[in-house]
Amino acid sequence: MARSLLSTNKFIIIFSILWFAWAQIQFITMNYFGFGNTIAIVDSLVLNILLAFACLGIIYIMQFYLPQREKLWYIIAVSLITSVLVIILSQLILKRIFRNEAAYINFLEMAWVVKGSIVFLLAACTSLISLVYYSLEEQKETEQRKHDAEQLTKEAELFNLRQQLQPHFLFNSLNSISALAGNKPEEARKMIQQLSDFLRGTIRKDDTQFITLTDELNHLQLYLDIEKVRFGHRLKTEFKCDAAREHLKIPSLLLQPVVENAIKFGLYDTLDDVLIEIQATYENNILSITVKNPYDSAMHTKQKGTGFGLSSVQRRLYLLFARNDLLFTSANENIFTTTIKIPQ
Amino acid sequence: MIKVILIDDEPLARSIVKEYLLHYPEIEIIQECNDGFEGVKAITQYNPDLIFLDIQMPKINGFEMLELLENPPAIIFTTAFDEYALKAFEAHAVDYLLKPFNKERFDKAMQKCLPELTDRGGVAKENNSTSALLETISHTPPQSQRIVVKLNNKIKIIPFQEIQYIGAEGDYVMIYTAEGNYLKNKTMAFFENTLDPNQFVRTHRSYILNIQLVTRLEAYEKDSHVAILKTGARVPVSKSGYTKLKVVLGI
Repeated sequence: MARSLLSTNKFIIIFSILWFAWAQIQFITMNYFGFGNTIAIVDSLVLNILLAFACLGIIYIMQFYLPQREKLWYIIAVSLITSVLVIILSQLILKRIFRNEAAYINFLEMAWVVKGSIVFLLAACTSLISLVYYSLEEQKETEQRKHDAEQLTKEAELFNLRQQLQPHFLFNSLNSISALAGNKPEEARKMIQQLSDFLRGTIRKDDTQFITLTDELNHLQLYLDIEKVRFGHRLKTEFKCDAAREHLKIPSLLLQPVVENAIKFGLYDTLDDVLIEIQATYENNILSITVKNPYDSAMHTKQKGTGFGLSSVQRRLYLLFARNDLLFTSANENIFTTTIKIPQ
Repeated sequence: MIKVILIDDEPLARSIVKEYLLHYPEIEIIQECNDGFEGVKAITQYNPDLIFLDIQMPKINGFEMLELLENPPAIIFTTAFDEYALKAFEAHAVDYLLKPFNKERFDKAMQKCLPELTDRGGVAKENNSTSALLETISHTPPQSQRIVVKLNNKIKIIPFQEIQYIGAEGDYVMIYTAEGNYLKNKTMAFFENTLDPNQFVRTHRSYILNIQLVTRLEAYEKDSHVAILKTGARVPVSKSGYTKLKVVLGI
């Protein structure tokens, strides 16, 4: 939420000075019309205190509700309502206080139009200023969020090159290639191709934030194919994707850490065959992607919640969609499920 | 013949070692293992002269596997990347091969260890560096949250927070958990330094206690106390142990 205008010191000082000056002017004007000090002071105070409350009220409301369209009408309506209320209230109060001062009562009857117009103008000014202020704040915030999101994508790419595309993965893959080169040079060549395509995929995506689901799944497939060369005897994968892949968009490289996590848990938690299931469904404008892997709950008594890889995914989703409810994990005895929702 | 066992969770990684070993007619590969569990079993059964050992493997890693062996054979570590392990290898001058490695590098490692293998006196020296290596490694992050033990040929992984208390048993320590008691060939000092000091307190020369399980402290003889655990176990607390315990418990 935007920083409240009311909480900035500068605003409070300016507002107080203006308010005091305005009350002073009204006091002098009343004096000029020949009313005594008491009447002038009370008249000025009653109207201006009401006015101050009205203005603060307008600013306060604006903090929580910012009109997106029909801004002009909103300002006019708000100012009109407040000025009418302020005038009616002040008239009632002043008439009650000075019910014996016939000259003043008479003056009040005539002055309300002038007073009302001035109050209206001041209320309009206030709402205009707060509208501009809050619009700017909101814009600043959106930009900050956008900037953070871009920054994080960049970091994600670097992270992919340095960490995610862990040295471990890279060197072990190279070792597999080295082993294949001896007896099965064709397969070695194929794996070099896969590894290159995969690396290219991680570098290429620096300017596009969103890619199609097809592209992201193809990239994952490449990664899984390489892992299968290393762990083919244990690793099985299953893609279930009934969604219209071409039209669905997904932040690039978002699934990579999730699947890496799944593979890591699957391969190093258990001794048996590892089945990684990736499922994509599309419903109510939400693309859901579920990744399932076997794991051993006994080996993770300490780590509750999301691991390191997943917390970066969560953060990225928050920066892109401003929502914290898009990633969740569940675990039963031996299957770990990660679900990501991507609003389209 | 020199008996060799290969332990690596990637068949292709084993195949390259096998291929290089073809040039050593005096060497016989008696077993290939996919993980540390198979490794312990095969080593106990065949008592090899040399093992090629990967570090990152399912369930228990290469170092944890070594801890379970009474008399580890000569070892050549093979690993792709592990910053902690590499530091430890350098520090203890242990043979290791960084994947991917070529034939030349492999031969160099073999030439270093073959003479020691034919001359049995060298093996004891090798063992010393192995235990020093394991001591160093067990303080690094991946290892520092759990301990691997063996009881009647069954391997058990104990996360630290499941330890109730630890008692000295000669050269060994006895680890007490809800599921049973396990002997481990490590020192009290090792556990005192490795376990989280906010959860585990050395209350006695021969005891380390998980303070989350303490229900009450009773006076016992002069100057000493006894801690009663939720499980009903009674653990001795010495005078200095009592002072330490009071600090951690905040009483």
